[in-house]
Amino acid sequence: MSSKRMPKWADVLLVPILSLIIAFALSALVILAIGEDPVRAMRLMITGALGSTYGWGYTLYFTTNFLLTGLGVSIAFQARLFNIGGEGQALIGGLGVALVCLFIPWPHWSLAIIAAIAASAIFGAVWAAIPAYLQAKRGSHIVITTIMFNFIAFSLMNYMLSHVLRPPTSMDPATARFDNVLRLPRLHDILAPMGIDFSRAGPANVMLFVALLACVLAYFLMWRTRLGFEIRAFGKSEPAAHYAGISGVKIIMVAMLISGALSGMMAVNSVMGGPQRLVMNAVEGAGFIGIAVALMGRSHPIGIIAPALLFGFLFQGGSELALETTIPREMIIIIQALVIMFTGALDNMVRTPLETLFALMRRRT
Amino acid sequence: MVAEVTGGAAAKAAPAIELRGISKAFGPVQANKDINIKVNKGTIHGIIGENGAGKSTMMSILYGFYKADSGEILIDGKPTQITDSQAAISAGIGMVFQHFKLVENFTVLENVILGAEDSERLMPSLNRARKLLTELAAEYELNVDPDALIETLSVGHQQRVEILKALYREANILILDEPTGVLTPAEADHLFRILRGLKEQGKTIILITHKLREIMDVTDEVSVMRRGEMVATVNTAETSPTELAELMVGRKVLLEVEKTPAKPGEVVLSARGLKVVDEFGVERLRSIDLDIRAGEILGVAGVAGNGQSALLEALAGMAAATGEVKMNGEPLDLTLKHSDAGTRRERGVSHVHEDRHRCGLILDFMAWENIAFGYHNAPEYNKNKLLMDNHAILEDAKGKFERFDVRPPNPMLTAESFSGGNQQKIVLAREIERNPDLLLVGQPTRGVDIGAIEFIHKQLIALRDQGKAILLVSVELDEILSLSDRIVVMFDGRIMGERDPETTNAQDLGLMMAGMTGDVA
Amino acid sequence: MDIVTIVQILDSTLRLATPLLFACLAGIISERAGIFDIGLEGKLLIAAFFSAAYAHYSGSAWIGLGAGVLASVVFSLFHGIASITFRGNQLISGVAINFLASGMTVVIAQSWFRQGGRTPSLTGDQRFPSLDLPGAEAVQGVPVIGQIYGEILTDHGILVYVGLLCVPLTWYVLYRTRFGLRLRAVGENPAAVDTAGVSVVRMRYAAIVIAGVLCGIGGAYLSTSLAAGFVREMSAGRGFIALAAMIFAKWRPWQGLGAVLLFGMLEAIANRFPNLDLGFITLPSQFMTALPYILTVIILAGFVGKAIPPRAGGEPYVKER
Repeated sequence: MSSKRMPKWADVLLVPILSLIIAFALSALVILAIGEDPVRAMRLMITGALGSTYGWGYTLYFTTNFLLTGLGVSIAFQARLFNIGGEGQALIGGLGVALVCLFIPWPHWSLAIIAAIAASAIFGAVWAAIPAYLQAKRGSHIVITTIMFNFIAFSLMNYMLSHVLRPPTSMDPATARFDNVLRLPRLHDILAPMGIDFSRAGPANVMLFVALLACVLAYFLMWRTRLGFEIRAFGKSEPAAHYAGISGVKIIMVAMLISGALSGMMAVNSVMGGPQRLVMNAVEGAGFIGIAVALMGRSHPIGIIAPALLFGFLFQGGSELALETTIPREMIIIIQALVIMFTGALDNMVRTPLETLFALMRRRT
Repeated sequence: MVAEVTGGAAAKAAPAIELRGISKAFGPVQANKDINIKVNKGTIHGIIGENGAGKSTMMSILYGFYKADSGEILIDGKPTQITDSQAAISAGIGMVFQHFKLVENFTVLENVILGAEDSERLMPSLNRARKLLTELAAEYELNVDPDALIETLSVGHQQRVEILKALYREANILILDEPTGVLTPAEADHLFRILRGLKEQGKTIILITHKLREIMDVTDEVSVMRRGEMVATVNTAETSPTELAELMVGRKVLLEVEKTPAKPGEVVLSARGLKVVDEFGVERLRSIDLDIRAGEILGVAGVAGNGQSALLEALAGMAAATGEVKMNGEPLDLTLKHSDAGTRRERGVSHVHEDRHRCGLILDFMAWENIAFGYHNAPEYNKNKLLMDNHAILEDAKGKFERFDVRPPNPMLTAESFSGGNQQKIVLAREIERNPDLLLVGQPTRGVDIGAIEFIHKQLIALRDQGKAILLVSVELDEILSLSDRIVVMFDGRIMGERDPETTNAQDLGLMMAGMTGDVA
Repeated sequence: MDIVTIVQILDSTLRLATPLLFACLAGIISERAGIFDIGLEGKLLIAAFFSAAYAHYSGSAWIGLGAGVLASVVFSLFHGIASITFRGNQLISGVAINFLASGMTVVIAQSWFRQGGRTPSLTGDQRFPSLDLPGAEAVQGVPVIGQIYGEILTDHGILVYVGLLCVPLTWYVLYRTRFGLRLRAVGENPAAVDTAGVSVVRMRYAAIVIAGVLCGIGGAYLSTSLAAGFVREMSAGRGFIALAAMIFAKWRPWQGLGAVLLFGMLEAIANRFPNLDLGFITLPSQFMTALPYILTVIILAGFVGKAIPPRAGGEPYVKER
């Protein structure tokens, strides 16, 4: 539909950017309404998130989370599956990371990270596999089942952390701290040998590069391999995929396993790269932000990089804002909601006037 | 109130409906161009034209779905604004759509009163409708069980519910859009009896169709549409099918396709006791026996919905089946558990699906991607086990576009941006150039312009002459008659009999399509 | 378990089922009209906040209720604009609405009350008082009836009874009125309604506004009746449990009541017994919390009857021939 009336670049760039501007404008109104100054708020967010290597350290740390969850949602979207379960898959992925880090005495972080990535991916994939199977084999609506699985994951993790993994001496529903050997190299450690001074405190770490690599690999998967061809074909038209001999069961399973694995992998960053132990809210809504990221990035593995960075900025900037003003950091949930609304559901509201505009311009020339 | 006006073009009262200068464009496409038509009261008025001639657009304007760009509508001589369906209903217009607008899990009564209830409480309306239905059933042979759920009714009965809906709303003008497309000839005859009865009661009926026989049988006057324009309105009694056909197409129709006699070879595919039961437990195919030989076109005639689709899909690996099918002497696995459309392609079966929008193409994909669609595992389209060779696919697509004269010859466009005929050429290029032993073809020229039809027919004949087997399913009898070397007729999931196209004719086939005669195999 | 405990659990079942009931009926009305509504959670939450806030400002629970209903209806209209007018994806719109509520409640609560995203505690007329059913006192000594009528059914906030009355009302409207016929038709085959001269858009808006009102009452009940004030995320997944109940009930009101009572009871048991000792196994409270979701997945998997949603559900209506 879209490609006929609008050039592709407008569809890919203009629509999300316009949606973002509307979302920001509405957020500014909210800030005004609670008696704060939106311009000052924006300035605070920019200095807080991007004004120092400390800020960048956090911004990129959050970006890493959103790259992986956004990628997870995107792969499922490509197969026309709405995986709202990224949050739960990431939670369970965290369990995998914790088990690997707590119970195996690793000699070096580099070995541990490989095992942790594998474990988190497997755990996340398994958590996605059940809704996927039910969708593929029994036609249970995956949106509802993945929502249900988020809640089941919350309960399960709650139980694991308060009854099973909590050290006996602690009151906190959290695991013990991991061995210091497992500390992932942060940007400070990576950039220092190159003579670049980067804040020691910012938790952005090697997982950033893993996440970016995952984006590139996902791109190749979707546009260069047969599996990607089949996933995209199935996502565009199920009956046509059936006609072409593409197994719907296979595609639903594979796309959801990849999606769950990517969301699960996010936990390596937020558990190993962050607090170095598994805490109750290790995911911090990143699974849901992945939906906004995927929608803005048009479910394209490379396209999601910019929105992931944007949300990383918002997340970090939002916490700075909460320190300096009376605007709580939940403000970014509003922005997130508006971005999802305008890029995902009110897409046509933005698109239709643009299409009319392009049609007018075409008539002129 | 209109009872004294009897049929015929000579009626002197104001026409029931008059359109003056109606035009409607969708973007660059002029769907209706300056349409003028008068439909006299108490007559059955046919409107005939090819697919895409603009009939449906005109009816949608009459029913308030679209707003005309210019022109006016007069009902009983009074200019009337029809802004939405409600306005059309108030003006006394009732519409029976090609695809019924019924709520499947509601009863007949509920469907009849929907939107025309008397009060907030349902009971009074339901009682009134029940009484009216009994009266109408007696008067016009319109009997349906008022408490039956729609989904349990046959297509013919569902259509009666649509007519009842219009009558419940006291429609004086009844418009029927391709009403017989899904009916057997017997059901169609019943429908025509109902329509004649309604006409006698003074109702005005507009019958939209592309079937000449129906026009000749039942209408008083007929208007012909071509490419968005109303080209003529004539008295049915004073015209002939040949004249109407010429008006419709705008030139002499070449019904005969040039072809040499077939040289049938070995049996390529043989089916014995082929059965298909669909997901709802309905038997779509009831034990079919079939042989298709190399170098022949086997035509399957029948009214849509009598098992032809199930036959194609069972052979193509899209629907699970039972029975025995041998391809080149080797049995095929029909279960779909270990076999699908992909494995069927490997066995030399290609399939031009009857619905290219839903199945044959991915409209959002580029045309070149569609060239590999279904064959994306083929070695020539892949660099290695992992990566596809997009460049090779694109090059192949360019060649196919040239050989099949696809316009515009640019495979980088999305499939959606091509016309119906060119889309079909993309599908045919993909399937024919695979050099299959057996080509399954469903409705090859549905929604395709005349120029492309000739091209497509020639391609099919050429494939046959290369010694390939072709199974052709079409609801167009002319197509079946002119292309096939042998013809079988399907009715109600069975094969009613086989005919030689040289010795049979449309009447003979038509009877079999109605399940009336034939030598049941 | 003794009788007193059972009575206590059933009593609290009714309280806990009430917000679920409102949201479940809202879901039924909305989805019967063909609009998927996974934003029930968000509407409960926003209504809970505005009810508590305005009950606090005005000193009247009724004014709070009005504010809550209004807020919920406004959110419903967002959903309507996205999914009906602009034919957007209803699921995505629902997700957005949940986040919008989650963010807005905290941001506004913080700005208005500076108490970390909660409202001040509500007292006296700011909450709905409990209602003694007539004769409840008198039957208290009578066995069974005394317990059911005199202890379980009586002494709840008025909204509990409103909720129970909404069940037959919803049933009547859906199955015995013109409005209900059209509403169900619009969720099954909107084209049939449209060609019958009834506006699909208007029917669907009507449905979501009703859903908004019901969610609004449910949310008001949460913060002004069940609890004494708003705390952040106080809907705590109830909108999703209601969604689960709706599927459980196969989109039918009476069965919906049954489902929410079941889920309410699970919550009541989990509250009463954090670790439920069944003799051979001890179920942690987390298991009880997760049980409604697990049950819903089992239902959705079709192991216990098939849940078939309205046929046009989730699909924006586009006119065609």
